[in-house]
Amino acid sequence: MNAVTIDKLTVDLDRVRILHDVSCAVSSGGWLALIGPNGAGKTTLLRAVAGLLPHRGAIRVNQTDLGALRGRGRARLIAYVPQIPVLPPDMTVQDYVLLGRTPYLGYLSAPGRSDRAKAAEASEQLDVTRFAGRRLASLSGGERQRVRLARALAQEPQVLLLDEPTNDLDLGHQQQVLELVDDLRHGQGVTVVSIMHDLTQASQYADQLVLLFQGRVETAGPPAAVLTEDLIARVYAARVTVTTDPAGHPVVTPVRDPPRRDIS
Amino acid sequence: MTRTRGRRLPAARAYGVAAAFLVAATLVSALVGAADLNPLATITALLDKIPFVHLPSSLNTLDRAVLFEIRLPRIVLGALVGGLLSVAGAGYQGVFRNPLVDSGLLGSSAGAGLGATLAIVYLGNAGPSAVPVAAFAGSLAGVAIAYLSGAVGGSGTATLLLAGVAVGLFLTAVQTYVLQRSAQDLQQVYSWLLGSLSGATWQQAAEILPYAAVSGAVILLHGRHLDVLAVGDEEARALGLHPGRTRLIVVAACALAAASAVAVSGLIGFVGIVVPHVVRRVAGPSYRIVLPLSLLAGAGFLVLADTLARTIVSPAELPIGVVTALVGSPVFVWILRSTRAVRT
Repeated sequence: MNAVTIDKLTVDLDRVRILHDVSCAVSSGGWLALIGPNGAGKTTLLRAVAGLLPHRGAIRVNQTDLGALRGRGRARLIAYVPQIPVLPPDMTVQDYVLLGRTPYLGYLSAPGRSDRAKAAEASEQLDVTRFAGRRLASLSGGERQRVRLARALAQEPQVLLLDEPTNDLDLGHQQQVLELVDDLRHGQGVTVVSIMHDLTQASQYADQLVLLFQGRVETAGPPAAVLTEDLIARVYAARVTVTTDPAGHPVVTPVRDPPRRDIS
Repeated sequence: MTRTRGRRLPAARAYGVAAAFLVAATLVSALVGAADLNPLATITALLDKIPFVHLPSSLNTLDRAVLFEIRLPRIVLGALVGGLLSVAGAGYQGVFRNPLVDSGLLGSSAGAGLGATLAIVYLGNAGPSAVPVAAFAGSLAGVAIAYLSGAVGGSGTATLLLAGVAVGLFLTAVQTYVLQRSAQDLQQVYSWLLGSLSGATWQQAAEILPYAAVSGAVILLHGRHLDVLAVGDEEARALGLHPGRTRLIVVAACALAAASAVAVSGLIGFVGIVVPHVVRRVAGPSYRIVLPLSLLAGAGFLVLADTLARTIVSPAELPIGVVTALVGSPVFVWILRSTRAVRT
């Protein structure tokens, strides 16, 4: 069954059409990676699914049409982690994770014991309990990303939207975060839709790729079908070779010819 | 640098400190002044007013009148005004995610100033009694104009703040023009602008109490919403909050709080910035704690400031706005410097 179905999604920003009739779907517990060059419309697509942009076309999560949901109802289904989330510097990790319970609170009610328990559970899962009392400003890049994921997890979402979750992280922390996300989808059945810049990582972690180009779906499918040298050359204007890693995932390697320098 | 401020005051203790501060400020203010009241007798007379507490006090009739008809109404009014200005300042700071914003913003002070000036200049003898109403209405109108001009189609907080600055400058210009044409009222308008609690009555306190209660309650109830807003409009929306609606409600409540304060006290600056800031330093940034603590600490701060205002150059009085700035600024700078290590 598809957890997320996007049907003919069209988005205009400032009267410019950013997305044209985009359709794609990801099954429950799956991981869909949005790839494509800068300006292809990846973030716009993610924000539209998060309910942050006016759009035409339908977005369904587990058969529920998101258009019929109000803010809190949508936020109980979908957690959104933007590329550069705002981290109030003096807020503690604990308070920040607790914000994830917002969709479950009545207008005038405060977080209760069960909300704290859920937040604590999410913190435990992402191993941020150790620094629960620290200020957000004092965290390292890897710790920050884990805290963001903990807040998203406290939301108990069915769908996790991640805009470049490995942004600013070194290679080891990138893999650590991606493994955490992978654990979440396998452990909790959370469906993941993420934007990925690193095509090799996209192929290693996602089971579905959607290549966006100029606001349209250029190709969609399993990594091996999408990541071909010709397609990448055309869409990214890049020269690459595609090989296969031991696990059978496509590996995209940039190629540079020896520079020709005329020495006079 | 190491984190010098690793330990924030736990909420319960912070409330205790703030409440003790307010009680202490009240006692000091009740005891200090031109008439020399016996401390013990004064305290027993005050305690006697608490329901179910009956204590004989040796305070004579005149002293009683000084305490209950002159000092106490002024203390209560000062506490109300200080609490309102502080909680409104904190509310605005949360809504705009900017620690430098205060309750005089968004055309509030300028509108009140224009309203009071118009009343003094054009209403003749009826002027002085109309000043509170005119200031109240002017303050609210200033915010309404700023909000309507700034809140266009999903624009952010910066646009709203800039509109507030523009509206404030415009209203101040009108006020200056009016004042310049009637120089004989300059003294009266000027002394109102600097703020004062002299001549405070129980009636004044009773008049602003309903507005104070409603606006204060609405602001306090939105502490959690302001905490969510701290992560920005976009993420707040993704968490199911309506940032625009929250902003409108909190701004309206803050405007009402500031207008009620301004109506009885004139323009008192600085309280709305310095008190919430100190509170944040001590108890952390969560608005669920910052708002109620600001209310308590602001009340105590203004009662103390007013005590200074009426005693330093006694029998004359200093404008309370001058005192809050004179006393508050050095304290503020000292706090900023002593906790500099916070931002590493």
